[in-house]
Amino acid sequence: MGLLSLLILVPLCGAALLHFIKDGKQAKYFALGVAMVSFVISLVAFTQFDQGVTGFQLQEKYSWISSRTISISYSLGVDGMAMLLVLLTTFLMVIALIGTWNSTTKSLSSLMALLLLLEAAMIGVFCSLDLFLFYIFWELILIPMYFIIGIWGGERRIYSAVKFFIYTLAGSLLMLVAIIWLGVEASKVTGVFTTSFADLQKASAALSLNVQQYLFWAFAISFAIKVPLFPFHTWLPDAHVEAPTIGSVILAGVLLKMGTYGMIRFNLGLFPAASIDNATIMSTLAVIGIIYGALVAMVQTDIKKLIAYSSVTHMGFLVLGIFSMTREGLQGAVIQMINHGLSTGMLFMMFGMMYERTHTREIKDYGGLAKITPKYAVFFAIAMLSSVGLPGLNGFVGEYLTLMGAFQSTVLNSWVYGILGCSGVILAAVYLLWMYQRFMLGPITNEHNRNVKDLSTREMTALVPLVIFMIWIGIQPMNFLKVSEKSINAQSDALLHTQSVAPSQYQIIQPSIIVK
Amino acid sequence: MLRRKKDLQNLIPYIVVAPLLGFLINGLFGGRYKNKAVAGWIGTIAVTISFIIAAGVFIEMLSMPEEHRAIHVKLFDWISVGKVNVGISYLIDQLSIIFILVITGIGALIHLYSTGYMKGDPGYTRFFTYLNLFIVMMLQLVMADNYLLTFLGWEGVGLCSYLLIGFWYEEVKNGDAAKKAFIVNRIGDFGFLVAMGLMLVLFGSLNYSDVLGGATSMGQNSTIGLITMMLFLGCTGKSAQIPLYIWLPDAMAGPTPVSALIHAATMVTSGIYLVARSNILFALSPTTLAVISIVAIATALIAAMIALFQNDIKKVLAYSTVSQLGYMFLGLGVGAFGAGVFHVLTHAFFKACLFLGSGAVIHAMHHEQDMQKMGGLKKYLPITFWTFALATLAIAGIPPFAGFFSKDEILWKAFSQGSPILWALGALGAFMTAFYMARALYLTFYGKERFDAHHHPPHEVDASMWIPLVVLAGLSVLGGLLGSPTGALEKWLAPIVEKGESIVIASRSGGSNLEQFELPLLIISVIIAIVGILLATRYYKNRITLATDEKSLGGFYKLSTNKFYVDEFYDGAIIQPTYGVSDSFLYKIVDVKIVDGVINGSAIMVDMLSSYARKIQTGIIQNYAVMIVVGILVLLSYVLIF
Repeated sequence: MGLLSLLILVPLCGAALLHFIKDGKQAKYFALGVAMVSFVISLVAFTQFDQGVTGFQLQEKYSWISSRTISISYSLGVDGMAMLLVLLTTFLMVIALIGTWNSTTKSLSSLMALLLLLEAAMIGVFCSLDLFLFYIFWELILIPMYFIIGIWGGERRIYSAVKFFIYTLAGSLLMLVAIIWLGVEASKVTGVFTTSFADLQKASAALSLNVQQYLFWAFAISFAIKVPLFPFHTWLPDAHVEAPTIGSVILAGVLLKMGTYGMIRFNLGLFPAASIDNATIMSTLAVIGIIYGALVAMVQTDIKKLIAYSSVTHMGFLVLGIFSMTREGLQGAVIQMINHGLSTGMLFMMFGMMYERTHTREIKDYGGLAKITPKYAVFFAIAMLSSVGLPGLNGFVGEYLTLMGAFQSTVLNSWVYGILGCSGVILAAVYLLWMYQRFMLGPITNEHNRNVKDLSTREMTALVPLVIFMIWIGIQPMNFLKVSEKSINAQSDALLHTQSVAPSQYQIIQPSIIVK
Repeated sequence: MLRRKKDLQNLIPYIVVAPLLGFLINGLFGGRYKNKAVAGWIGTIAVTISFIIAAGVFIEMLSMPEEHRAIHVKLFDWISVGKVNVGISYLIDQLSIIFILVITGIGALIHLYSTGYMKGDPGYTRFFTYLNLFIVMMLQLVMADNYLLTFLGWEGVGLCSYLLIGFWYEEVKNGDAAKKAFIVNRIGDFGFLVAMGLMLVLFGSLNYSDVLGGATSMGQNSTIGLITMMLFLGCTGKSAQIPLYIWLPDAMAGPTPVSALIHAATMVTSGIYLVARSNILFALSPTTLAVISIVAIATALIAAMIALFQNDIKKVLAYSTVSQLGYMFLGLGVGAFGAGVFHVLTHAFFKACLFLGSGAVIHAMHHEQDMQKMGGLKKYLPITFWTFALATLAIAGIPPFAGFFSKDEILWKAFSQGSPILWALGALGAFMTAFYMARALYLTFYGKERFDAHHHPPHEVDASMWIPLVVLAGLSVLGGLLGSPTGALEKWLAPIVEKGESIVIASRSGGSNLEQFELPLLIISVIIAIVGILLATRYYKNRITLATDEKSLGGFYKLSTNKFYVDEFYDGAIIQPTYGVSDSFLYKIVDVKIVDGVINGSAIMVDMLSSYARKIQTGIIQNYAVMIVVGILVLLSYVLIF
């Protein structure tokens, strides 16, 4: 059995074994142990991963559903992007468990089991090389998340959980139809219904642009809901606000990236021509998301909602980078996935720590806490600045590269996307700094807050690694960018090649202003 | 030669390492110091080491032939993706070394001053941590060999500025001022980012040498014009020009040493550095240069007008800084890049001296900043008085003090390379400068004591604070000699700026023989400055109260003291509408009602439809039997008919 299978199986078995552990505390320690083992396995996988090679590595393939006419296999493998996302998943799981150690006492062993199931499914999503398998993992995510929000959530948890479930499921069904369609198309060529990524890639290349368009949108809408891309974002604030802290951390930290991962892997990978054709629409939505998400975040009075809307902005940068299809944009998108996972994950986790102490999400109930909890104020400031995109911290690298990608893009072929995207930089400072000021600075306005305790050693243990990564990626991003460089560059070059071989259709018109 | 260059390359990183270490040590272990003074000493020594190294490098450079003076140091790759290919790498040349010396030199003095000024403050360690970080970031800004690393410094100093303006964060107004500074600066940074995006498209690189080289061979074009406009937008933020100057006066909420270091001597001159560094780009954009000249002279005048009747000593100096930055940009705008840099240098000396002097006054007056409650401090604070007075003469443009030479050079270039109107407006500004600075001097140090001297008699500051004052006053007196009288600076900077300057001069055709005007104009500007001082002497030397100003000046006084209501205008025209639209339209209508309404609406519709459909499921066998029969009939008729 390969490392990737092991990575999926370990948390899966952990989840099953938790059935036998009734004591909450033991369950927590057990789950943390399993998460740590998974993290170690992912590190081992990383040492096996060769950054100098294009394409999928650590591949495993077993025939699964196979007959004369059907060939579906259990097929795993990672390229650089997937490798980074797997590492992010296993890392954040450990951190999130430590960071939210005491946040709830309600049926702990069930919660832990669901979290481990979630981890297995997320890793499965990033590693699947067969779309049937991918789809199973993709939908499997919904089940644990639904229960995590629905059982451990806040007051309107049922509404949010149902909305989350149905909304994202509705999108996925479109994708299922598209997968089957593609499989049928593939069978016309090879005579066998197959869902293997490589075969479908070949099959889709033979499709007319018109058919590609339908399939592109079936995938794109499903992913856009997950990202979420404007205007498919409204499930997110509800889900985040009601979810327990660990749910929010995983949701923001990893789950949203499944959408953008899907866009790069499947939308760009399977339908290059349609992607180029629709790049302007997707980028327009992305830019709207950047500005709109920031403006709406600015007026929120609930801190979790504010952070949730900030995700809409950040993910907008990501989608803009993806559909610029340049090396800068795509690499920026990959690193932005990691960054958003770290910074927004940390913001949610830190706010959860405060919520455990104060039990209010309203900004107006806070103020002046820097005086009472100075350590908390410093850590929150770092997470906030990383989210603002301050150079020297991680957030900047991704944001900057996606923007530069947008400027460079011959597919988008206009500076407007880049220029409007840059305005997000101003707005990010507005809503985050204002939030920070009302949260941490000024006089102490709420007497209840006077006795709030500063960060404990356990909480610091969870936060320090996050900060280390924020600075590391900020100063030495190449250590991370190099991992995905080969495969992303190849993908970008292939896309731009697609564009250039059909010059009549995708004519490159340099912005007239360039020519003097 | 190569050996020596190699040695310098090894040495240069330590200019940054020293304050970085100071920052890390104070930041990580500051909480554990038994004696808080340690933090101050670590901070000060770190920057002093940095200055000594920089001075050593400078002296080496002096002895090198001109073409070898640019030294590249590459530490490591920072971001290398596609065309974005930048390193943490430095370019030390004639331009950056001047800024490095100012940053570390004045920085060290102000650190020393702060050890006295901040004594007893509960945030003493935090203060030095931030201050060291500022030095690190400011050094990145000027040492970078590419725009992106400069941008890192650019944003980094913005962060430090934010942290230090809001240093006493318990007060709401300080937090507000800090936030305002950061956000307004970010508007400028937006321009910087866009400029970098366009550069990458046009030149395929962000390195100074590639961009400037590319521009030279490309010649004038509209994209370069757009790039420079966007860069200048960045400068209006960081260097407080119209329309983004509004953050700087509020920034005085920070401790006074911060105002001296960040908001007078170093950070706010970043914009001038950027333009001087990119002088070829700007020289190729005549429209942008024209815009810079207009914005600069307008800023210089408006800020001077606001400074005229401010009663808060730091506010006077703040608006004066905005105004002086306007002069620097005026120099740049008319293509006299060297003159702009010269004024950065002299301004750093006298304005830092003035701010530190005001800090000494505020310190002695137990945190009183209102000049109406001062007066007669001359006898209590003799050192402060004398240094303040010398710096005042320098900024007023009285020969032979530093400010005279640099300001005069800018005015002369404004006349000879710009237009007589620019000169005249500049001279008007110089008149106001002399007036408001003399007014501040008189109100603070002369006349009757308007405070209670018996309970808390003000006393002169101790050595850690007056030594920097004396050094800076000395530089304010002598600093001008570096420039026009000896021509040393001009010659030194020539390799950097002469290309740009020559492009500008070449594009201005028909520059007839203007030299004959130089001396008369110079004499006029000196007279103007003296008149300004005399006027202030007449009205303010023996002033008892300030109440009469308002009556005699009427409407203008009101406009001036209320800063022309610019903040109110921005608030009403931009901030409130944006917030209002976002809250009551985008969020409450678009997001909740429309976007989410469609989602929830479709759920409700499904619910409704199924409530009808449910009625078919009656559970009564007879009903189902009827339906089966109807179904058979329908199917049969379909088959039979078609």
